[in-house]
Amino acid sequence: MSAVVVDRLKRVVPSLGVLATVVAVWWVVVTATQSAIFPTPWQVIAGACELAQDGSLWEHIGASLFRVGVGFGLAALLAVPLGLWMGWVGGAYRMFNPIFQMLRPISPIAWIPLAILWFGVGDLSPIFLIFISSVFPMIVQTTSGVHTIERRYLRAAANFGVSRTVLFRRVVIPAVLPEIIVGMRIGIGVAWLVVVAAEMIALRSGLGYLIMDSRNAGNRYDLVIASMIIIGMIGLMLDSGTRLLERLKPVRWRYVR
Amino acid sequence: MSAKAIVVSGIRKSFAAGKGSLPVIEDVSFSVADGEFVAIVGPSGCGKSTLMNIVAGFEPADQGTVRVGGIEQSGPSAKGIVISQHGSVFPWLTVQENLMFGLNGDGHGNKADLADHYAAMVGLKGFEASYPHELSGGMLKRAELARALVVKPDILYMDEPFSALDALMNLRMRNELLRILDEERHTVLLITHDVEEAIYMADRIMVLSPRPTTIQASFEVELPRPRKLSSPPAQALREAILKELGL
Repeated sequence: MSAVVVDRLKRVVPSLGVLATVVAVWWVVVTATQSAIFPTPWQVIAGACELAQDGSLWEHIGASLFRVGVGFGLAALLAVPLGLWMGWVGGAYRMFNPIFQMLRPISPIAWIPLAILWFGVGDLSPIFLIFISSVFPMIVQTTSGVHTIERRYLRAAANFGVSRTVLFRRVVIPAVLPEIIVGMRIGIGVAWLVVVAAEMIALRSGLGYLIMDSRNAGNRYDLVIASMIIIGMIGLMLDSGTRLLERLKPVRWRYVR
Repeated sequence: MSAKAIVVSGIRKSFAAGKGSLPVIEDVSFSVADGEFVAIVGPSGCGKSTLMNIVAGFEPADQGTVRVGGIEQSGPSAKGIVISQHGSVFPWLTVQENLMFGLNGDGHGNKADLADHYAAMVGLKGFEASYPHELSGGMLKRAELARALVVKPDILYMDEPFSALDALMNLRMRNELLRILDEERHTVLLITHDVEEAIYMADRIMVLSPRPTTIQASFEVELPRPRKLSSPPAQALREAILKELGL
């Protein structure tokens, strides 16, 4: 075995050990207490396979990802330009920052009644909730990114007498890009939390709906737990996906050292 | 009046401090001839950097004027590029992109070729595609120097340019700078607290007084190049300057 492979294994083994221990304890406890309703890990896997085979699992995952994609996409489209503007123009910051700071700490769950009132129980409600939950962190992060651009870079740009367009394209935006990516990571994390919560209220699809439906339709706790695990795994994948952005060459400088 | 000469007359500057104002620069006048290398040394906190900011156009003076090539300075311009202690090479651009940053508009020919020419001049051949975080401190300083040279400025304003480098690299960069100035004669205004650095490179050294600062003394450095800091005349000059600084 090459040294690289051994090194990789050394990194992965401890976390896999923790995972295996959790599953083992779960299995032992359920078996020992002879619970009639709480499933064993094996039953959960069997339940997940059942859903995967009849295709409904993929439909639920697709529905949830679609809502997150649209809601988060719209939020990013608005938040990045708005955050750049608020960061660059002091007047815009003073005008909008107070209301955003007030809206930001309101839990997205608190918006559910309003979402149902305004958008009904279709796709629009969860999309709205995802939008509202991910837009504020991204605005705040982008704005603070502009505020923390080091003065020496702006001075250098002024020294070379570049136009406003060049200043924005070659200095301001690249300087803020790492913060925008951090904002997107926070935003997508919150969005994924919220879509599941939102789908529990109404709708007939999505992973949140799957959880509530499995419980209501005959206490299928194996499916409840299978959904929870799948939600966790997809959340991890979304986060790793945005983390890949941090590897891009023009933003590497921010994350090295 | 030559385009590269600087004439500073009657500069005064105060900063607001609490209720009153803190005078930092009190009536500073001097001139730097075309192609001359002038060093300004002074105790720390005396207002050296403020003076540099005013001369380079980044800060307005309360009174007095700065004329560059006979024209009154009203803001920073690419005719005089500042190189400072901490550097300002853009970390998100490659060496080549950094060097091309200041080349706006047409009339520069092939910008990439020009950038590569100056990268080679400062010894960064082969690193054109590298990002700044992949370079050492000395190489970063070279990149910054090349980025300034590529826009063909009349003046280089250097504010403690090498003081963040280790001692060995500091010495090496002095020689590099002198070699480059032999190839392309720029007017240089150097701010430093390092008397030996000033003696090694400058044609003339001005000593600033403590705050509020004025020009306390001025020394012509008439030593043949390449200079030896251990030579008796250089040592005598060093003694004289240190005496002015109260040491």
